[in-house]
Amino acid sequence: METNLPAEYYQLLEELQAVDFVLVELTLYLDTHPNDTASIQQFNHYAQERKKLKKAIESKYGPMQQYGNSYSGTPWDWNKAPWPWQV
Amino acid sequence: MWIYEKKLQYPVKVSTCNPRLAKFLVEQYGGADGELAAALRYLNQRYTIPDKVIGLLTDIGTEEFAHLEMIATMIYKLTKDATPQQMRDAGLDAHYANHDSALFYHNADGVPFTAAYIQAKGDPIADLYEDIAAEEKARATYQWLIDMSDDPDLNDGLRFLREREIIHSLRFREAVEILKQERDQKVFF
Repeated sequence: METNLPAEYYQLLEELQAVDFVLVELTLYLDTHPNDTASIQQFNHYAQERKKLKKAIESKYGPMQQYGNSYSGTPWDWNKAPWPWQV
Repeated sequence: MWIYEKKLQYPVKVSTCNPRLAKFLVEQYGGADGELAAALRYLNQRYTIPDKVIGLLTDIGTEEFAHLEMIATMIYKLTKDATPQQMRDAGLDAHYANHDSALFYHNADGVPFTAAYIQAKGDPIADLYEDIAAEEKARATYQWLIDMSDDPDLNDGLRFLREREIIHSLRFREAVEILKQERDQKVFF
């Protein structure tokens, strides 16, 4: 199941992956350095960035999460391909 | 509870159909030091570890599932266009006979995954030392895989995963220090 997606999709996805990398790194770091205020500020900044990117991707390419963590189009578009291993 | 997100943690690309590489890679899927073992190990240990490191075990355990999905994607992409003859030539004849091109939790030798790969001792220091060792073994496995692979696109993803093992090991070492500090504070004279 291969779907033809525009270059923009891959670009947006990579931007989100980059921001999420920062957030994963900071999450693990803050788990062992809970008093690093500067890192917490950086974390909250990137948390906001990821929200914007998620919204931008979802408005064009459908929900990234479900169980109510994303809105749905009509008809139900969560189970629409492509899945991550198909792109 | 867990929420799935429809994206990989890091892009996975492969240059060509190469079932032989897939045969090696499955070590990190269902092998003793693989991503499944890692995820199950940390998420199980967290129930009986001191509060100060529950968050770390939860977050690293969760990231391991993202790595498991990356490995699965690599194996899927390396084998999806392989003919039965190519599977056979790559040494995946026994796998193909049993599973077609479906993924299965076994190691590179075809030995099925077992819970015996992981330990939960209930002693926080013993558990965290096991976790550090597991990360170092996984890092070494990624190195051997990179050394054997001639696929530059695949190696990019494998290098990312190798680096994550280094970070996890570092964080677990810090967790040990946090627990030692807590233990020493409890001594009153």
